[in-house]
Amino acid sequence: MAWVNAIIQGVLIGGLYALFACGLSLMFGVMKVVNLAHGDLAVVAGYVAIGVITVTHIPVLWSFLIVVPLMAVLGYVLQRTILQGALDRSVLTTLMVTFGLSVVIENGLLQFFTANSRGIGTGLALVTGSFTIGSQIQIGYLPVTIFAVAVVVLLGLQYFLSRSKYGRLIRAVADDKEAAQLAGADYRHVFGIAAAIAFGTVALAGIAYGMYSQLSPTTGTDIILLFAFAAVVIGGLGSLWGTLLGGVVLGVAQQIGAQINISDETLAGFIVFLAVLVLRPQGLISRGAQS
Amino acid sequence: MSLVTEATTRPAENFRVTRSRRNVAWTGAGALAVVVVLAMFPYIVYSGTTAILVQAFIVLTLASMWNLLAGYAGLVSVGQQAFVGLGAYFVLILALHGTSPFAALPVAAILSGVAALPLWWLVSRLRTGYFAIATWVLAATVMLIIEKFSSIGGGTGMPLPGLAGFSPALLTAYTYWAGLAVTVVALLVIYLLLRGRLGLVLTAVRDDEVAARSSGARVGLARMLVFMVAGAGCGAAGAVLAISQLQVQPSAVFSVQWTAVMAFATIIGGLGTIEGPIIGTAVYMVLQQTLSSYNAWYLIILGLIAIFVALFARRGLWGLVDEHLNVRLFPVGYWLRTGQRSAAPSGLRSEKRGTSARATREDSA
Repeated sequence: MAWVNAIIQGVLIGGLYALFACGLSLMFGVMKVVNLAHGDLAVVAGYVAIGVITVTHIPVLWSFLIVVPLMAVLGYVLQRTILQGALDRSVLTTLMVTFGLSVVIENGLLQFFTANSRGIGTGLALVTGSFTIGSQIQIGYLPVTIFAVAVVVLLGLQYFLSRSKYGRLIRAVADDKEAAQLAGADYRHVFGIAAAIAFGTVALAGIAYGMYSQLSPTTGTDIILLFAFAAVVIGGLGSLWGTLLGGVVLGVAQQIGAQINISDETLAGFIVFLAVLVLRPQGLISRGAQS
Repeated sequence: MSLVTEATTRPAENFRVTRSRRNVAWTGAGALAVVVVLAMFPYIVYSGTTAILVQAFIVLTLASMWNLLAGYAGLVSVGQQAFVGLGAYFVLILALHGTSPFAALPVAAILSGVAALPLWWLVSRLRTGYFAIATWVLAATVMLIIEKFSSIGGGTGMPLPGLAGFSPALLTAYTYWAGLAVTVVALLVIYLLLRGRLGLVLTAVRDDEVAARSSGARVGLARMLVFMVAGAGCGAAGAVLAISQLQVQPSAVFSVQWTAVMAFATIIGGLGTIEGPIIGTAVYMVLQQTLSSYNAWYLIILGLIAIFVALFARRGLWGLVDEHLNVRLFPVGYWLRTGQRSAAPSGLRSEKRGTSARATREDSA
């Protein structure tokens, strides 16, 4: 029964990992930018949420309404300035610049907010509450909610990219930005929009993680970026459903690892990641499932 | 290509290909003099100064290795801390078995280089950004695995044995010489590698990978070799780190800050030149020493400078020096010299770029 419990918990936490991953995946898919500051930006969003909640005393869940648009705007601005500047030079430059951003953000958080970890909305019924199945399986409301949000976000993103007019534009620019430019699309603006969407999901992921666990300056790289990347690779590059599957596989691997030895949670996830990298480098769901 | 067509249209005695514009012997003698003077430092300066210089040697070795990876092989690794940690742990393990840490140092470096082989096999399929994060995951995995062995300190680490026999002054001096030796060997190895076949292949790959592959360059092998050399170099730096700190702590030796330091020093100094990391290390040390009482501020400032340099001065500080003075301390490319140098038109300059050394130091766009 403990194993069933571990698998259920793993599946649910996998939703959170998919949420981590979808911004990373989107930015790579559209701009070919691997944003090494991805996780740190999620932590920034979490810290902003904590700040907003403390200052304005709004209900915890309302903080999403403020922080997500804020991060989206930041994403647009960052893309149009620094990231586009780096992209115009070379792929290696984008890596160096985003890695620089990552280190600057992480150490900046450390400097201004100390290394202490902090949670969001602890005490909220959603965060602490749970229901039980049988005698051994206890499922928290929060992981279920996060999983549902992740599925909704992925579905929404999928629908947006494949059906809407703007989604078509983004896919066109991702395929061939010069051709899209010739057809009248301002690819820099489209990149900005894609970055805004990606940063919106990053904000969701950061706040969700802050509610699920605790945020500290190093959470961004140690957990969010690395787990997001593992989920993307396990699932298969460029497939949103693959990302969800990757997150779930990573989550289950970690929970099973923790079941064997409580200190092996993270290691078990990485070992599954490396195994997929070696045995099935195209990921569990290969390209073609979604452009 | 252009070199060949050139040769058919011009009299042969009108130009020749050289390594450098100035006499290499002078820079070689200069480098030797600098090393000799540095080697005498333990007799001249206070031990506080040598301790700072040991840090500088570690940073310079790391930065040079990162430069070899990113600047020459186009491999942006964010997981080089894996090798810093492995080097430190190899020294610790050998020391626990009774070897002197100083004797263990070269062995640790070689073992780190060997360890790079399976790690390379894991990540070699990935390119650019995915390669970067995958190396990061690898470094985290290596740390988590090492933390499982309680006999080498587990998650908390342990003091390095085998150093109790040295008097403090002697230990400081030995540590300093070890650091100096590692740096000199690292720079020499990189210099010789880049002058040789490998440098040629890497330059060709950076300029045009498809063309290089189709001309028979074994690109995968070249990259693997670079990854192993960088692993050994970072391992050696990690070994010096362990000796200078007198202890090994997993979270410290496997910290991603090592990669931040090596990347920033390289980017600021100038990516794709051997001289760049030297200047970058100097900038790093000055900032770190002056801002040492402000915790992490030096890293924040370094990061901001690195971002700025990566965007607006892509060839770094050495690029600025080189642009005005045309100096190469470590000539690894080739120059085309013509008979009438003074009258060299601007068109010739661009030919030089195409054929030779000029290309060597342009960053790998």
